[in-house]
Amino acid sequence: MDKIDKILLETVADLHKVPAGAFNIRKNGESVLRNSNKDIEIVPKKNGKGIDIFIKKGVKNKSVHIPVIITMGGFSDLVYNDFYISEDCDITIIAGCGIHNNTCKDSQHDGIHKFHVGKNSIVRYIEKHFGAGEGEGKKILNPITKVFMKENSQMFFDSLQIGGVSSTIRKTFAKLDKNCILNIKENILTSDDQYAKTYFKVQLLGENSKCEVVSHSVAKGNSVQEFISDMIGNNKSFGHVECDGILLDNARIVSIPKIDALSKEASLIHEAAIGKIANDQLVKLMTLGLSQEEAEKTIINGFLYN
Amino acid sequence: MLKTNDLCYSAIENDVEKRILHNINLSFADNKIYVITGQNGSGKSTLLKIIMGIIHQSQGDVFYDGKNISNLSIYERSKLGISFAFQQPVTFKGIKVKDLLNIASEEKLNLAGMCEILSKVGLCAKNYIDREINDKLSGGELKRIELATVLARKAKINMFDEPEAGIDLWSFENLTTLFKDMDNSINIIVSHQRKILEIADEIIVMKDGEILLKGEKDDVLPMLSNSSCGRLRG
Repeated sequence: MDKIDKILLETVADLHKVPAGAFNIRKNGESVLRNSNKDIEIVPKKNGKGIDIFIKKGVKNKSVHIPVIITMGGFSDLVYNDFYISEDCDITIIAGCGIHNNTCKDSQHDGIHKFHVGKNSIVRYIEKHFGAGEGEGKKILNPITKVFMKENSQMFFDSLQIGGVSSTIRKTFAKLDKNCILNIKENILTSDDQYAKTYFKVQLLGENSKCEVVSHSVAKGNSVQEFISDMIGNNKSFGHVECDGILLDNARIVSIPKIDALSKEASLIHEAAIGKIANDQLVKLMTLGLSQEEAEKTIINGFLYN
Repeated sequence: MLKTNDLCYSAIENDVEKRILHNINLSFADNKIYVITGQNGSGKSTLLKIIMGIIHQSQGDVFYDGKNISNLSIYERSKLGISFAFQQPVTFKGIKVKDLLNIASEEKLNLAGMCEILSKVGLCAKNYIDREINDKLSGGELKRIELATVLARKAKINMFDEPEAGIDLWSFENLTTLFKDMDNSINIIVSHQRKILEIADEIIVMKDGEILLKGEKDDVLPMLSNSSCGRLRG
């Protein structure tokens, strides 16, 4: 591993050394380090296009790291990762993709992740996306996440794009059975001429299923973001979608909500607010000794990273 | 010493110029508590905001220790040692109580440091430092955190805009003790509350953007109506 690999792995997966638990590190389209253990088995797909991750019944307080790094220009990677989480588990999955592209050719990673969450299981899924490099070649990330939740399961999905990604189209699909809870927190930062589109489709199929989607986005420069959500209440259920955007410079954020209560017992809420940084927030921080630039940075960092 | 010299402020409302402040000449001496009172709309909050640099006066100047600070930004005035507690505390998304206290104190406070500040406003640090300053906190909690951020500044001039508004279970007595304990500073409080007027060294009564009356507390307080401290008796 060279210095760039280490920086990318630290940035997207907080990895400073080889992780303790199960892991799979993919670099430029190939698995370079992999480890299974008695609780978690990582099996490469026969076609070489990804991995299957099997988490055994009752495994608790364990983690899986599956970061992807791309350090070549003009490279396109498509990978399918399927997670099979058995019943009664409590597991943390850390994914994420970092692209370092110093060339004039585009680099792209499309990660398609499927989560089969067993009954009574709890999954924390953390995904960070990051782009770096001085070249004119774009850093493109198009993740697709599909979540299938069995009775009484819970998933907490934190998705963070911390900058440098030229273009992203992020799609998330989820189906929730009875008593399931899905919490999605998405934070996206775009700048320059970057583009980010996110699409969520959540089907609240089971009785008492609950889903909350909270999106915080900051758009700077000439960047454009689109947020599209489609929350469907098929049963007695609760859904809440919140899209908050901060605009700077000439940026644009578009929010398109759709909530559809197919059951009369479904309670669905959509909230969206897009605008520049509130002046009273800036004024308050300036009365505490921050310059306008420092105040803006403090507000944006709090909004995106807390 | 803080001085205002012929301060005037007008705002345009419905294409008509409205006079908010007119020729305000005040001096605030070190180590004293000043309470500004007066009916709603008399210009009290506007005066504090002009001193802080949040609003810019139409005419006149503000002097601090002999230096004209009229053209300084909010940030520059803050660095000089002027602080301001808002009547309506500002809420944020993702900024925690500890973040704001660290910013205000210009150092990374430990738990004991935060506890020292928050306990003065009746809050237990352990329960609050990791709370986000958002609308999940009650109005009273937000108000006390607002006061705490000003205490953390350890400023030379502390201005409080209706500090008692929204203070819930916490008693007035604690609030007045807090002001009395603020040494080595000029404290300017906008308030209608008699208990707060009682701790003043000097009271300033405003009406329609002008100073109606100012003087030592013992001279001014008997002239104010018991039912409404912003008005004169009779």
